[in-house]
Amino acid sequence: MTFSGTEIEMDITTIIWTLFKTVAAVSVLMLHVAYVVYFERKVIGHMQARLGPMRVGWHGLLQPIADGLKLFFKEDIIPSQADKPIFYIAPIIGMIAVLSSLAVIPLWEGFSIANLNIGILYILALSSVGAYSIILAGWASNSKYSFLGGLRSSAQVISYEISMGLSLVGVMMLAGSANLSDIVRAQSGHWFLWSQPVACLIFVLSAIAETNRAPFDLPEAESELVAGYFTEYSGMRFGLFFMAEYAGMFIMSALGSICFLGGWNGPDFGIFANVPKVIWLLLKVYGCIFFYFWIRATLPRYRYDQLMNLGWKLFIPLALANVVVTGLIKILWK
Amino acid sequence: MTIQQAFFSYFAGAIVALSLLVVTRKNPVHSVLWMLLLFVHIASLYLFLNAEFLAAIQIIIYAGAILVLFLFVIMLLNLRKEETEKRFQGQWPFGLAIGVVLAVFVVLIVGKIGVLPELGQYSVEAVKSEGHIMTVGKVLYTEFLLPFEIASVILLVAIVGAVVLAKRSLE
Repeated sequence: MTFSGTEIEMDITTIIWTLFKTVAAVSVLMLHVAYVVYFERKVIGHMQARLGPMRVGWHGLLQPIADGLKLFFKEDIIPSQADKPIFYIAPIIGMIAVLSSLAVIPLWEGFSIANLNIGILYILALSSVGAYSIILAGWASNSKYSFLGGLRSSAQVISYEISMGLSLVGVMMLAGSANLSDIVRAQSGHWFLWSQPVACLIFVLSAIAETNRAPFDLPEAESELVAGYFTEYSGMRFGLFFMAEYAGMFIMSALGSICFLGGWNGPDFGIFANVPKVIWLLLKVYGCIFFYFWIRATLPRYRYDQLMNLGWKLFIPLALANVVVTGLIKILWK
Repeated sequence: MTIQQAFFSYFAGAIVALSLLVVTRKNPVHSVLWMLLLFVHIASLYLFLNAEFLAAIQIIIYAGAILVLFLFVIMLLNLRKEETEKRFQGQWPFGLAIGVVLAVFVVLIVGKIGVLPELGQYSVEAVKSEGHIMTVGKVLYTEFLLPFEIASVILLVAIVGAVVLAKRSLE
Protein backbone atom coordinates (compact mmCIF):
# COMPACT_ATOMS: atom_id res chain seq x y z
CA MET A 1 0.00 0.00 0.00
CA THR A 2 1.40 3.39 -0.94
CA PHE A 3 0.51 6.72 0.51
CA SER A 4 0.84 9.30 -2.18
CA GLY A 5 1.19 12.75 -0.77
CA THR A 6 1.53 11.94 2.90
CA GLU A 7 4.63 13.63 4.15
CA ILE A 8 5.12 13.31 7.84
CA GLU A 9 8.43 14.67 8.88
CA MET A 10 9.38 12.22 11.58
CA ASP A 11 12.59 14.01 12.34
CA ILE A 12 13.56 13.23 15.91
CA THR A 13 14.70 16.78 16.68
CA THR A 14 11.39 18.17 15.40
CA ILE A 15 9.50 15.85 17.68
CA ILE A 16 11.57 16.78 20.73
CA TRP A 17 11.33 20.49 19.93
CA THR A 18 7.54 20.25 19.53
CA LEU A 19 7.21 18.33 22.78
CA PHE A 20 9.35 20.93 24.54
CA LYS A 21 7.23 23.77 23.14
CA THR A 22 4.05 21.95 24.19
CA VAL A 23 5.24 21.38 27.75
CA ALA A 24 6.42 24.98 28.06
CA ALA A 25 3.22 26.47 26.64
CA VAL A 26 0.93 24.28 28.74
CA SER A 27 2.78 24.91 32.00
CA VAL A 28 2.89 28.66 31.38
CA LEU A 29 -0.81 28.59 30.56
CA MET A 30 -1.67 26.72 33.76
CA LEU A 31 0.26 29.27 35.80
CA HIS A 32 -1.63 32.04 34.02
CA VAL A 33 -4.90 30.24 34.75
CA ALA A 34 -4.10 30.13 38.46
CA TYR A 35 -3.44 33.86 38.49
CA VAL A 36 -6.44 34.67 36.27
CA VAL A 37 -8.55 33.32 39.13
CA TYR A 38 -6.72 35.61 41.56
CA PHE A 39 -7.12 38.50 39.09
CA GLU A 40 -10.86 37.83 38.90
CA ARG A 41 -11.29 37.75 42.67
CA LYS A 42 -9.36 41.01 43.02
CA VAL A 43 -11.18 42.79 40.16
CA ILE A 44 -14.64 41.73 41.27
CA GLY A 45 -13.74 42.44 44.89
CA HIS A 46 -12.76 46.02 44.11
CA MET A 47 -15.79 46.50 41.84
CA GLN A 48 -17.98 45.50 44.79
CA ALA A 49 -16.01 47.75 47.19
CA ARG A 50 -14.24 44.80 48.83
CA LEU A 51 -10.55 43.94 48.89
CA GLY A 52 -10.64 40.39 47.54
CA PRO A 53 -8.09 37.84 48.83
CA MET A 54 -5.70 39.51 51.30
CA ARG A 55 -4.56 36.84 53.78
CA VAL A 56 -2.22 34.41 52.00
CA GLY A 57 0.95 36.25 51.05
CA TRP A 58 1.30 39.94 50.20
CA HIS A 59 -2.17 41.13 49.09
CA GLY A 60 -3.20 37.48 48.81
CA LEU A 61 -0.67 36.73 46.05
CA LEU A 62 -0.20 33.12 47.16
CA GLN A 63 -3.96 32.47 47.31
CA PRO A 64 -4.11 30.47 44.01
CA ILE A 65 -1.38 28.14 45.24
CA ALA A 66 -3.16 27.59 48.53
CA ASP A 67 -6.41 26.91 46.67
CA GLY A 68 -4.69 24.43 44.35
CA LEU A 69 -3.13 22.55 47.26
CA LYS A 70 -6.45 22.42 49.04
CA LEU A 71 -8.19 20.97 45.98
CA PHE A 72 -5.47 18.34 45.55
CA PHE A 73 -5.90 17.01 49.08
CA LYS A 74 -9.68 17.00 49.20
CA GLU A 75 -11.61 13.75 49.10
CA ASP A 76 -12.88 12.69 45.69
CA ILE A 77 -16.54 11.78 46.27
CA ILE A 78 -18.50 9.82 43.67
CA PRO A 79 -22.31 9.63 43.90
CA SER A 80 -23.55 6.09 44.46
CA GLN A 81 -25.63 5.75 41.28
CA ALA A 82 -23.21 7.64 39.05
CA ASP A 83 -21.95 6.19 35.78
CA LYS A 84 -18.39 5.87 37.04
CA PRO A 85 -16.25 5.72 33.86
CA ILE A 86 -18.05 8.71 32.34
CA PHE A 87 -18.02 10.56 35.64
CA TYR A 88 -14.24 10.08 35.73
CA ILE A 89 -13.43 11.13 32.18
CA ALA A 90 -15.86 14.05 31.78
CA PRO A 91 -13.59 16.69 33.40
CA ILE A 92 -10.57 15.23 31.61
CA ILE A 93 -12.25 15.62 28.21
CA GLY A 94 -12.91 19.27 29.00
CA MET A 95 -9.35 19.91 30.07
CA ILE A 96 -7.86 18.15 27.03
CA ALA A 97 -10.11 20.05 24.63
CA VAL A 98 -9.09 23.42 26.07
CA LEU A 99 -5.39 22.66 26.33
CA SER A 100 -5.27 21.30 22.77
CA SER A 101 -6.67 24.60 21.49
CA LEU A 102 -3.48 26.25 22.69
CA ALA A 103 -1.56 24.42 19.94
CA VAL A 104 -2.61 26.82 17.18
CA ILE A 105 -2.43 30.12 19.10
CA PRO A 106 0.48 32.13 17.66
CA LEU A 107 2.15 33.91 20.58
CA TRP A 108 4.54 35.91 18.46
CA GLU A 109 5.80 35.93 14.87
CA GLY A 110 6.70 32.35 14.00
CA PHE A 111 5.83 30.81 17.36
CA SER A 112 2.89 28.47 17.49
CA ILE A 113 3.15 24.82 18.38
CA ALA A 114 1.33 23.84 15.19
CA ASN A 115 0.96 26.39 12.42
CA LEU A 116 -2.23 24.96 10.92
CA ASN A 117 -3.94 26.39 7.85
CA ILE A 118 -7.27 25.63 9.47
CA GLY A 119 -6.44 27.26 12.81
CA ILE A 120 -9.85 28.87 13.37
CA LEU A 121 -11.71 25.70 12.42
CA TYR A 122 -9.47 23.68 14.73
CA ILE A 123 -10.38 25.86 17.70
CA LEU A 124 -14.08 25.69 16.82
CA ALA A 125 -13.85 21.91 16.54
CA LEU A 126 -12.20 21.60 19.94
CA SER A 127 -14.66 23.92 21.60
CA SER A 128 -17.44 21.66 20.36
CA VAL A 129 -15.62 18.66 21.82
CA GLY A 130 -15.35 20.59 25.10
CA ALA A 131 -19.15 20.72 25.26
CA TYR A 132 -19.12 16.96 25.79
CA SER A 133 -17.41 17.31 29.12
CA ILE A 134 -20.27 19.41 30.48
CA ILE A 135 -23.06 17.31 28.98
CA LEU A 136 -21.52 14.05 30.16
CA ALA A 137 -20.73 15.40 33.61
CA GLY A 138 -24.37 16.44 33.94
CA TRP A 139 -25.64 13.06 32.83
CA ALA A 140 -23.18 10.82 34.67
CA SER A 141 -23.71 12.49 38.06
CA ASN A 142 -27.24 11.06 38.29
CA SER A 143 -28.52 14.25 39.90
CA LYS A 144 -31.30 16.44 38.58
CA TYR A 145 -29.40 19.69 39.10
CA SER A 146 -26.40 18.37 37.23
CA PHE A 147 -28.60 17.01 34.48
CA LEU A 148 -30.44 20.29 33.98
CA GLY A 149 -27.12 22.10 33.87
CA GLY A 150 -25.80 19.67 31.27
CA LEU A 151 -28.88 20.00 29.07
CA ARG A 152 -28.81 23.77 29.26
CA SER A 153 -25.17 23.83 28.39
CA SER A 154 -25.50 21.54 25.39
CA ALA A 155 -28.24 23.67 23.84
CA GLN A 156 -26.41 26.89 24.67
CA VAL A 157 -23.01 25.84 23.38
CA ILE A 158 -24.39 24.45 20.12
CA SER A 159 -26.40 27.62 19.46
CA TYR A 160 -23.63 30.05 20.21
CA GLU A 161 -21.02 28.03 18.37
CA ILE A 162 -22.93 28.81 15.16
CA SER A 163 -22.92 32.55 15.71
CA MET A 164 -19.28 32.47 16.83
CA GLY A 165 -18.22 30.54 13.74
CA LEU A 166 -20.19 32.87 11.48
CA SER A 167 -18.74 35.97 13.11
CA LEU A 168 -15.23 34.66 12.38
CA VAL A 169 -16.11 34.07 8.72
CA GLY A 170 -15.88 37.82 8.11
CA VAL A 171 -12.37 37.85 9.57
CA MET A 172 -11.36 34.89 7.43
CA MET A 173 -12.71 36.67 4.34
CA LEU A 174 -10.76 39.85 5.06
CA ALA A 175 -7.53 38.00 5.82
CA GLY A 176 -8.04 35.49 3.01
CA SER A 177 -6.96 32.68 5.29
CA ALA A 178 -8.04 30.63 8.28
CA ASN A 179 -4.46 30.45 9.53
CA LEU A 180 -4.19 32.49 12.74
CA SER A 181 -0.67 33.72 11.95
CA ASP A 182 -1.82 34.97 8.54
CA ILE A 183 -4.76 36.71 10.19
CA VAL A 184 -2.41 38.57 12.53
CA ARG A 185 -0.11 39.52 9.64
CA ALA A 186 -3.11 40.85 7.70
CA GLN A 187 -3.77 43.26 10.58
CA SER A 188 -0.29 44.79 10.77
CA GLY A 189 -1.56 48.28 9.95
CA HIS A 190 -5.24 48.09 10.74
CA TRP A 191 -7.10 46.01 13.33
CA PHE A 192 -10.12 44.04 12.17
CA LEU A 193 -12.03 45.53 15.09
CA TRP A 194 -12.55 48.65 12.95
CA SER A 195 -13.58 46.87 9.76
CA GLN A 196 -15.64 44.14 11.49
CA PRO A 197 -17.29 45.85 14.47
CA VAL A 198 -20.49 43.79 14.23
CA ALA A 199 -18.57 40.53 14.01
CA CYS A 200 -16.45 41.58 16.98
CA LEU A 201 -19.51 42.30 19.11
CA ILE A 202 -21.10 38.96 18.18
CA PHE A 203 -17.83 37.13 18.81
CA VAL A 204 -17.34 38.66 22.25
CA LEU A 205 -20.86 37.84 23.43
CA SER A 206 -20.85 34.36 21.86
CA ALA A 207 -17.50 33.63 23.50
CA ILE A 208 -19.01 34.51 26.87
CA ALA A 209 -21.90 32.10 26.23
CA GLU A 210 -19.52 29.48 24.86
CA THR A 211 -17.37 29.50 27.99
CA ASN A 212 -20.48 29.50 30.24
CA ARG A 213 -19.55 32.76 31.94
CA ALA A 214 -21.86 35.34 33.54
CA PRO A 215 -24.30 36.72 32.44
CA PHE A 216 -24.77 33.58 30.32
CA ASP A 217 -23.71 31.11 33.03
CA LEU A 218 -27.04 29.29 33.08
CA PRO A 219 -25.46 25.80 33.10
CA GLU A 220 -24.11 26.54 36.57
CA ALA A 221 -26.66 29.11 37.76
CA GLU A 222 -26.15 28.81 41.51
CA SER A 223 -29.44 30.48 42.40
CA GLU A 224 -31.44 27.73 40.68
CA LEU A 225 -29.19 24.71 40.08
CA VAL A 226 -26.85 24.64 43.12
CA ALA A 227 -23.74 24.52 40.92
CA GLY A 228 -25.18 23.12 37.70
CA TYR A 229 -23.28 20.40 35.92
CA PHE A 230 -20.52 20.05 38.54
CA THR A 231 -22.78 19.92 41.59
CA GLU A 232 -21.66 16.37 42.40
CA TYR A 233 -17.96 16.89 41.73
CA SER A 234 -15.46 17.45 44.47
CA GLY A 235 -11.71 17.69 44.98
CA MET A 236 -9.43 17.81 41.97
CA ARG A 237 -12.16 16.70 39.53
CA PHE A 238 -14.02 19.89 40.38
CA GLY A 239 -10.67 21.66 40.06
CA LEU A 240 -10.31 20.36 36.51
CA PHE A 241 -13.67 21.87 35.52
CA PHE A 242 -12.68 25.09 37.18
CA MET A 243 -9.34 25.25 35.40
CA ALA A 244 -10.93 24.25 32.08
CA GLU A 245 -13.33 27.19 32.39
CA TYR A 246 -10.57 29.70 33.04
CA ALA A 247 -8.24 28.20 30.45
CA GLY A 248 -11.19 28.38 28.04
CA MET A 249 -11.56 32.08 28.83
CA PHE A 250 -7.86 32.52 28.18
CA ILE A 251 -8.09 30.74 24.81
CA MET A 252 -11.20 32.69 23.77
CA SER A 253 -9.55 35.98 24.76
CA ALA A 254 -6.46 35.00 22.80
CA LEU A 255 -8.60 34.12 19.78
CA GLY A 256 -10.43 37.44 20.09
CA SER A 257 -7.18 39.38 20.38
CA ILE A 258 -5.75 37.58 17.36
CA CYS A 259 -8.82 37.96 15.16
CA PHE A 260 -9.90 41.47 16.08
CA LEU A 261 -7.20 43.27 18.06
CA GLY A 262 -4.17 42.63 15.86
CA GLY A 263 -2.60 39.77 17.84
CA TRP A 264 1.06 40.34 18.57
CA ASN A 265 1.18 43.63 16.60
CA GLY A 266 2.01 46.65 18.73
CA PRO A 267 3.21 50.22 18.27
CA ASP A 268 6.47 50.27 16.29
CA PHE A 269 8.03 53.61 17.28
CA GLY A 270 10.44 54.72 19.97
CA ILE A 271 10.96 52.46 22.94
CA PHE A 272 7.86 50.43 22.03
CA ALA A 273 9.68 48.82 19.10
CA ASN A 274 12.00 46.95 21.48
CA VAL A 275 9.22 45.41 23.56
CA PRO A 276 8.89 41.65 22.90
CA LYS A 277 5.85 41.01 20.71
CA VAL A 278 4.38 38.49 23.13
CA ILE A 279 3.87 41.30 25.66
CA TRP A 280 1.43 43.05 23.31
CA LEU A 281 -0.55 39.85 22.84
CA LEU A 282 -0.65 39.19 26.59
CA LEU A 283 -1.76 42.78 27.28
CA LYS A 284 -4.63 42.39 24.83
CA VAL A 285 -5.55 38.97 26.24
CA TYR A 286 -5.64 40.34 29.77
CA GLY A 287 -7.69 43.30 28.54
CA CYS A 288 -10.25 40.86 27.14
CA ILE A 289 -10.21 38.81 30.35
CA PHE A 290 -10.78 41.99 32.35
CA PHE A 291 -13.78 42.68 30.12
CA TYR A 292 -15.16 39.23 31.03
CA PHE A 293 -14.89 40.10 34.75
CA TRP A 294 -16.30 43.56 34.25
CA ILE A 295 -19.41 42.12 32.55
CA ARG A 296 -19.77 39.52 35.29
CA ALA A 297 -19.66 42.16 38.00
CA THR A 298 -22.08 44.45 36.14
CA LEU A 299 -24.88 42.43 34.57
CA PRO A 300 -27.47 40.11 36.14
CA ARG A 301 -27.93 36.60 34.75
CA TYR A 302 -30.12 36.15 31.68
CA ARG A 303 -33.24 33.99 31.66
CA TYR A 304 -32.84 30.87 29.54
CA ASP A 305 -35.42 31.74 26.87
CA GLN A 306 -33.93 35.24 26.58
CA LEU A 307 -30.53 33.69 26.00
CA MET A 308 -31.85 31.38 23.27
CA ASN A 309 -33.81 34.19 21.58
CA LEU A 310 -30.73 36.40 21.60
CA GLY A 311 -28.63 33.67 20.01
CA TRP A 312 -31.01 32.43 17.34
CA LYS A 313 -33.04 35.51 16.50
CA LEU A 314 -30.43 38.24 16.77
CA PHE A 315 -26.86 36.99 16.61
CA ILE A 316 -27.15 34.36 13.88
CA PRO A 317 -29.07 36.59 11.40
CA LEU A 318 -26.75 39.49 12.21
CA ALA A 319 -23.67 37.34 11.67
CA LEU A 320 -25.07 36.05 8.37
CA ALA A 321 -25.79 39.61 7.23
CA ASN A 322 -22.25 40.55 8.23
CA VAL A 323 -20.87 37.77 6.03
CA VAL A 324 -22.95 38.96 3.06
CA VAL A 325 -22.02 42.64 3.52
CA THR A 326 -18.32 41.81 3.96
CA GLY A 327 -18.39 39.71 0.80
CA LEU A 328 -20.15 42.47 -1.18
CA ILE A 329 -17.72 45.15 -0.04
CA LYS A 330 -14.77 42.92 -0.82
CA ILE A 331 -16.04 42.30 -4.36
CA LEU A 332 -17.01 45.94 -5.04
CA TRP A 333 -13.70 47.36 -3.79
CA LYS A 334 -11.60 45.05 -5.92
CA MET B 1 6.60 -1.29 7.65
CA THR B 2 7.16 2.44 7.41
CA ILE B 3 5.92 4.88 10.02
CA GLN B 4 3.07 5.91 7.71
CA GLN B 5 1.92 2.33 7.37
CA ALA B 6 2.14 1.80 11.11
CA PHE B 7 -0.02 4.87 11.72
CA PHE B 8 -2.48 3.87 9.04
CA SER B 9 -2.76 0.33 10.42
CA TYR B 10 -3.41 1.71 13.87
CA PHE B 11 -6.15 4.06 12.69
CA ALA B 12 -7.77 1.48 10.39
CA GLY B 13 -7.73 -1.18 13.11
CA ALA B 14 -8.98 1.25 15.74
CA ILE B 15 -11.84 2.37 13.49
CA VAL B 16 -13.03 -1.23 13.07
CA ALA B 17 -12.66 -1.97 16.78
CA LEU B 18 -14.45 1.23 17.78
CA SER B 19 -17.29 0.56 15.36
CA LEU B 20 -17.76 -2.84 17.00
CA LEU B 21 -17.77 -1.21 20.42
CA VAL B 22 -20.39 1.31 19.25
CA VAL B 23 -22.83 -1.39 18.16
CA THR B 24 -22.25 -3.78 21.05
CA ARG B 25 -22.55 -1.42 24.07
CA LYS B 26 -25.76 -1.85 26.02
CA ASN B 27 -25.78 1.69 27.32
CA PRO B 28 -26.52 4.08 24.43
CA VAL B 29 -24.58 6.91 26.07
CA HIS B 30 -21.47 4.72 26.08
CA SER B 31 -22.14 3.94 22.41
CA VAL B 32 -22.21 7.62 21.63
CA LEU B 33 -18.92 8.15 23.43
CA TRP B 34 -17.21 5.39 21.49
CA MET B 35 -18.67 6.95 18.37
CA LEU B 36 -17.07 10.27 19.33
CA LEU B 37 -13.72 8.52 19.53
CA LEU B 38 -14.50 6.84 16.21
CA PHE B 39 -15.12 10.22 14.55
CA VAL B 40 -11.85 11.55 15.89
CA HIS B 41 -10.05 8.57 14.37
CA ILE B 42 -11.79 9.10 11.03
CA ALA B 43 -10.75 12.75 11.13
CA SER B 44 -7.17 11.61 11.73
CA LEU B 45 -7.37 9.41 8.64
CA TYR B 46 -8.45 12.47 6.65
CA LEU B 47 -5.41 14.27 8.01
CA PHE B 48 -3.28 11.45 6.62
CA LEU B 49 -4.77 12.10 3.20
CA ASN B 50 -3.75 15.78 3.59
CA ALA B 51 -7.43 16.74 3.80
CA GLU B 52 -7.16 18.96 6.85
CA PHE B 53 -10.27 20.97 6.01
CA LEU B 54 -12.32 17.79 5.79
CA ALA B 55 -10.89 16.62 9.12
CA ALA B 56 -11.92 19.84 10.87
CA ILE B 57 -15.38 19.72 9.30
CA GLN B 58 -15.73 16.09 10.35
CA ILE B 59 -15.18 17.06 13.97
CA ILE B 60 -17.25 20.26 13.88
CA ILE B 61 -20.29 18.79 12.11
CA TYR B 62 -20.34 15.18 13.25
CA ALA B 63 -18.77 15.32 16.69
CA GLY B 64 -19.85 18.86 17.53
CA ALA B 65 -23.39 18.97 16.25
CA ILE B 66 -24.89 15.66 15.16
CA LEU B 67 -23.51 13.51 17.95
CA VAL B 68 -24.49 16.07 20.59
CA LEU B 69 -28.03 15.88 19.26
CA PHE B 70 -27.88 12.07 19.54
CA LEU B 71 -26.77 12.46 23.11
CA PHE B 72 -29.51 14.98 23.76
CA VAL B 73 -32.22 12.62 22.50
CA ILE B 74 -30.83 9.60 24.35
CA MET B 75 -30.61 11.50 27.62
CA LEU B 76 -34.10 12.90 27.34
CA LEU B 77 -35.53 9.45 26.68
CA ASN B 78 -33.85 8.03 29.79
CA LEU B 79 -33.03 4.61 28.39
CA ARG B 80 -31.55 3.27 31.61
CA LYS B 81 -34.57 1.09 32.28
CA GLU B 82 -35.46 0.17 28.74
CA GLU B 83 -32.00 -0.96 27.75
CA THR B 84 -32.35 -4.06 29.94
CA GLU B 85 -35.65 -5.15 28.43
CA LYS B 86 -35.58 -8.11 26.10
CA ARG B 87 -37.56 -6.64 23.23
CA PHE B 88 -34.96 -3.95 22.67
CA GLN B 89 -32.19 -6.50 22.28
CA GLY B 90 -33.73 -9.02 19.89
CA GLN B 91 -32.70 -7.44 16.57
CA TRP B 92 -29.06 -8.37 16.51
CA PRO B 93 -29.31 -11.59 14.37
CA PHE B 94 -31.14 -9.62 11.70
CA GLY B 95 -28.56 -6.81 11.83
CA LEU B 96 -25.72 -9.33 11.72
CA ALA B 97 -27.20 -10.97 8.63
CA ILE B 98 -27.42 -7.64 6.78
CA GLY B 99 -23.91 -6.76 7.88
CA VAL B 100 -22.47 -10.05 6.64
CA VAL B 101 -24.21 -9.72 3.26
CA LEU B 102 -22.88 -6.16 2.90
CA ALA B 103 -19.38 -7.22 3.85
CA VAL B 104 -19.44 -10.04 1.26
CA PHE B 105 -20.50 -7.59 -1.44
CA VAL B 106 -17.82 -5.10 -0.47
CA VAL B 107 -15.12 -7.77 -0.55
CA LEU B 108 -16.31 -9.02 -3.96
CA ILE B 109 -16.39 -5.52 -5.42
CA VAL B 110 -13.04 -4.45 -4.01
CA GLY B 111 -11.55 -7.59 -5.51
CA LYS B 112 -12.81 -6.58 -8.97
CA ILE B 113 -11.13 -3.19 -8.97
CA GLY B 114 -8.03 -3.65 -11.06
CA VAL B 115 -7.20 -0.36 -12.77
CA LEU B 116 -7.17 2.86 -10.81
CA PRO B 117 -8.52 5.86 -12.74
CA GLU B 118 -6.27 8.71 -13.86
CA LEU B 119 -5.67 11.40 -11.27
CA GLY B 120 -7.70 14.54 -11.87
CA GLN B 121 -6.59 18.16 -11.82
CA TYR B 122 -6.82 18.38 -8.02
CA SER B 123 -3.51 16.79 -7.18
CA VAL B 124 -1.89 17.21 -3.79
CA GLU B 125 0.39 19.95 -5.13
CA ALA B 126 -2.49 21.83 -6.79
CA VAL B 127 -4.52 21.77 -3.58
CA LYS B 128 -1.52 22.79 -1.50
CA SER B 129 -0.70 25.77 -3.70
CA GLU B 130 -4.01 27.52 -3.08
CA GLY B 131 -5.17 25.96 0.18
CA HIS B 132 -7.97 23.54 0.95
CA ILE B 133 -10.68 25.98 1.83
CA MET B 134 -10.21 27.94 -1.40
CA THR B 135 -10.15 24.79 -3.53
CA VAL B 136 -13.29 23.36 -1.94
CA GLY B 137 -15.02 26.75 -2.15
CA LYS B 138 -14.18 27.26 -5.82
CA VAL B 139 -15.35 23.80 -6.80
CA LEU B 140 -18.49 24.13 -4.71
CA TYR B 141 -19.51 27.43 -6.30
CA THR B 142 -18.62 26.63 -9.91
CA GLU B 143 -18.66 22.96 -10.86
CA PHE B 144 -21.13 21.80 -8.22
CA LEU B 145 -23.21 24.95 -7.82
CA LEU B 146 -26.52 23.29 -8.68
CA PRO B 147 -26.19 20.24 -6.35
CA PHE B 148 -24.95 22.58 -3.63
CA GLU B 149 -27.97 24.86 -3.98
CA ILE B 150 -30.34 21.89 -4.12
CA ALA B 151 -28.86 20.51 -0.91
CA SER B 152 -29.29 23.92 0.73
CA VAL B 153 -32.93 24.12 -0.34
CA ILE B 154 -33.60 20.61 0.99
CA LEU B 155 -32.09 21.57 4.33
CA LEU B 156 -34.13 24.77 4.37
CA VAL B 157 -37.30 22.73 3.75
CA ALA B 158 -36.38 20.51 6.70
CA ILE B 159 -35.89 23.56 8.92
CA VAL B 160 -39.21 25.05 7.88
CA GLY B 161 -40.88 21.69 8.47
CA ALA B 162 -39.42 21.44 11.98
CA VAL B 163 -40.60 24.97 12.80
CA VAL B 164 -44.11 24.21 11.51
CA LEU B 165 -44.32 21.01 13.58
CA ALA B 166 -43.07 22.74 16.71
CA LYS B 167 -45.49 25.63 16.27
CA ARG B 168 -48.45 23.33 15.74
CA SER B 169 -47.90 21.56 19.02
CA LEU B 170 -47.69 24.90 20.79
CA GLU B 171 -51.11 26.08 19.61
